[in-house]
Amino acid sequence: MAFVKTIKDIPKEEYLAPGHRLCAGCGAAIAIRLALKALRGPTVIVNATGCIEVATTIYPYTSWRVPWIHVAFENAAAVASGVTEAFRIMEKKYGVKRPDVIAIGGDGGTFDIGLQALSGALERGHKMLYICYDNEAYMNTGIQRSGATPRGAATTTSPAGRVIPGKLERKKDLVEIAAAHGIPYAATASIAYPIDYINKVRKALEVDGPTFIHVLTPCVPGWRIDPSQTINIARLAVDTLVFPVYEVDNGKYRINVMVKRPKPLEEYIKPQGRFKHLLLPENKWLLDKLKEDVRAKWERLLKLVNL
Amino acid sequence: MAEAKVLGLSGNEAVAYAVKQADVDVIAAYPITPQTIIVERLSEYVNNGELQAAFIPVESEHSALSTCVGAALTGARVFTATASQGLALMHEILHIASSLRTPIVMAVVNRALSAPINIHCDHSDIMNARDAGWVILFAENAQEAYDLTIQAFKVAESHDVLLPVTVNLDGFIISHSLEVVKVLSDEDVKRFLPRRDPVYPIDFERPTTYGPLALQDYFFEVKRQQADAIGRAKEVVRKVGEEYGKVSGRPYPLVKEYGMEDAEVAVVALGSSVGTLRAVARRLRKEGKKVGVLGLTLFRPLPRDELMKYLEGVKVLIVMDRAVSYGSTGGPLYLEVAGLLFRSDLRPLTLNVVYGLGGRDLRPSDVEAIFNEGFKCLERGRVEKELLWVGVRE
Amino acid sequence: MKEIFKMPESAFKGKATWKEIPIGGIIPEPATSLRYKTGSWRALRPVLDEKKCVRCLTCWVYCPEPAIERLEGDAVRINYDYCKGCGICANSCPVKAITMVEEGA
Repeated sequence: MAFVKTIKDIPKEEYLAPGHRLCAGCGAAIAIRLALKALRGPTVIVNATGCIEVATTIYPYTSWRVPWIHVAFENAAAVASGVTEAFRIMEKKYGVKRPDVIAIGGDGGTFDIGLQALSGALERGHKMLYICYDNEAYMNTGIQRSGATPRGAATTTSPAGRVIPGKLERKKDLVEIAAAHGIPYAATASIAYPIDYINKVRKALEVDGPTFIHVLTPCVPGWRIDPSQTINIARLAVDTLVFPVYEVDNGKYRINVMVKRPKPLEEYIKPQGRFKHLLLPENKWLLDKLKEDVRAKWERLLKLVNL
Repeated sequence: MAEAKVLGLSGNEAVAYAVKQADVDVIAAYPITPQTIIVERLSEYVNNGELQAAFIPVESEHSALSTCVGAALTGARVFTATASQGLALMHEILHIASSLRTPIVMAVVNRALSAPINIHCDHSDIMNARDAGWVILFAENAQEAYDLTIQAFKVAESHDVLLPVTVNLDGFIISHSLEVVKVLSDEDVKRFLPRRDPVYPIDFERPTTYGPLALQDYFFEVKRQQADAIGRAKEVVRKVGEEYGKVSGRPYPLVKEYGMEDAEVAVVALGSSVGTLRAVARRLRKEGKKVGVLGLTLFRPLPRDELMKYLEGVKVLIVMDRAVSYGSTGGPLYLEVAGLLFRSDLRPLTLNVVYGLGGRDLRPSDVEAIFNEGFKCLERGRVEKELLWVGVRE
Repeated sequence: MKEIFKMPESAFKGKATWKEIPIGGIIPEPATSLRYKTGSWRALRPVLDEKKCVRCLTCWVYCPEPAIERLEGDAVRINYDYCKGCGICANSCPVKAITMVEEGA
C-alpha cells in the first residue's frame, strides 16, 4: 500500500522552511524537502557536515522544523545510532515515546569519510534510515572529487587537464555496499520521480531496522548546469541508465523505473559543464569507459532482478 | 538492591561497578588495552539483566564518542571509556562533546600514546586532550576510581556545568590491580545520583537545532559560555566531593595534601604516583625531613586557589609530570604550576621531573632520590638542572 | 538553568551577548530562517499566469526553497520573499503557465 499515489496525495506540511542558503536550483534541497514529506510522527534528523547542514543552519537561522543534530562530518551514522538506541532504552525504562531517526549525509560524508560509521551502524542493526544525497563530489568545500564522482567527471581535484582528463576511477556503488550488509531495505531514488522517492522514504521509516536510500541530486555550480535544469538532468540520469532507480527489499532486487528505450549517454553529458571535455575526440576513450560502467551496472542489475 | 559492602575489585572493575550503580542509559565503547575490562564487565551486567542500558559495541572510538553525543542529546545518561590511541582517535569529538554541552562521563585508563606502540601507563593521552573543555579528574587508586566515577555523573549533569567529565586511572597500575574497595549501597547511589534532569533535551513539541554553523559573529560568544561553564565546574566538583563525603565517609577535596603544614620540600603529582610519593614522604618525615605531597584530584579546571594555599612556606617545589610537552619549557603540570607561582608572591625553587613514560615504574628509591635532589637545591640555594628525567637510562 | 525557546531579538541583529544566547550554540526555535529573505538573490522572477494553471502542483513539488505555497483547491502562489529565481518551476510546468522575466524589469 503506497503512502502517496499522486502528487496531490503528498502532505502539505513543510518540515524544511525557506530562507536557507542553498543555491538556486539545488537538487539536494529538493531531495531533503521531499524526504521530509514522508515523516510519520516525531522524527530526529542527524545531519553530517556538508551543503545541507551548513546552508540550513547558519546561527541564529535554522530552516528545520524537526529536532536536528549536527556533530561532525564522518559520524552521522554513529550519532544516529546513539539517538535511536537512547530512545529505545528510554522507552523501555521510562516510557518515553520513541521517534524515527533519519541520518542525512552527502556523498562525501557517506561514501568516503563516513563509510566506517555507516557500515558499523548497518551491521549493528539499529532502527534508522540513512539518506545519502549524492551530488557526486565534495561540493560544500568547492567541488572536489569523491568516491561518488563518476568516471570522466571534472572536479577541482580531478580537473580535465591536458594529460589527465578528469577522474579516471569508477563511481563507488553504495547501495550494493549497503545491501551487502544484509539490511532489510536499500534503494536508489530520483528527485525526478518524487512519488517513488517519497514512498521509499516512508517504506524505509516503517522498517524496524537499518535502511538506506541513495538519491542523486544534481548540483548547479558543481555539474555546471543551468539552475532551471536540475530536474531535467535528474531525469536524464535515469533515462540514460546512468542512475537506475531500484530497490533491494530483503535481498530481492526490483527495478522501480523500467527504462525500455534508454537514451544515449551523450544526452546526459551535453548539458553538463563537468563532462563537456568528454565530447572531445581525444577523450573518447574515457567516455567509452563511462559508457561501459553504465552498461555493466545495468546488465548486472537486470541479472540480479531475475535471480 | 545491593548493600554497602567491601569488595575486591580492580580499578576497571570498580569503574564498571560504579557505572552500573549509576544506572546509565547508554554505553557506547570500543575496546582498547587497558580499558577492556570496563567494557566487558558492563556488557556482562547488561546481558545478565543487572543493568538496563543500551550497550552499543561501536566500530571505533571516534564512533563511540559520536554515539555518546547523540545519546546525550536525547537526555539519556551516557558513559564510555577509552585510552591512548582511542582517546586520540576521538579527539575531534572531544571538543564537540564539550561545546555541545553534553554531560558524558568517560573513564580514561591512562596509557602512552604511540609511537612506539606501548600499552602501559603514562599521561600523554589525557594531556593531549587537556584543552578540549572536559572536566578532568584523576584517581589515585581503585577506591578513588569508584568514588570519582559516581561523582562524575553528578558534576557533569549539574545545571551549572553541563560539560563532559573524564575520570582518569593509571593503566595497569590502577586498572588491573586488585584492591579492597568499599562500595556504597545501590540505594545510597540512587539517592546521591537520581535520574538525569536534562537541559534542552530533544523535544518534539519544541524542535531544536543542535550544532549549527556559527560564523565570526557568534562563535566567540558560544566559546565564552563554555569557558564560563568550566570555570563554574570547580565549585561544583568541590560541593559534590563534600556531599559524597557525607554519604560515604570519604570526602573528596580538590587537592589532597600530606605534610604540607610545614613542608620545606614539596612534590605535586597526578594519579597513582601520589600514593608512592606519600609512602616515601611518611618514611622521610620519620627521619625528620620536612617533606610534603600534593595530589591534584581535579586538573581541569585547575584548582588554582586550593593549590596555592598549600604552597606558602614551601622552599622547593618539585612538579612531577608523567607526560612531555615536546618543544615546550616543561611538562604539562609544571607549566601550569610554574605559571601560577609567577602570578603570586611565592618564589620557591622549582624542579620539573619527567618520569614513568610508557609504564616505566616510579620506584620508592626514585622518589627518595627526587626528594634528596630537592634538599640539595635547598642547600645550594639554587636549582642547577630545572628538568630531571627520572628512570630513563642516560 | 532556565531554558528559553525563543531566540532573543538581539541575536538576529548580530548583537546578542554570550549571556543572552542559549548554551551550546543551539537554536531552540524552529524555522528562524524565515527571517532571512532569500528573494533578494533573484536575477529572474517567475510570473504565474493563473488562467493557464491546471493545478497539477508540479511546480510546488519541485521548488527547492519551498517558495511556492499550495493553497485551497491546489492553486499555487509564488512567495517572492524567498524565491531565488532558479526557474525549475517554469521549466517543469506542463502547460507553460510560468514565465521567467528579468527581476526589476
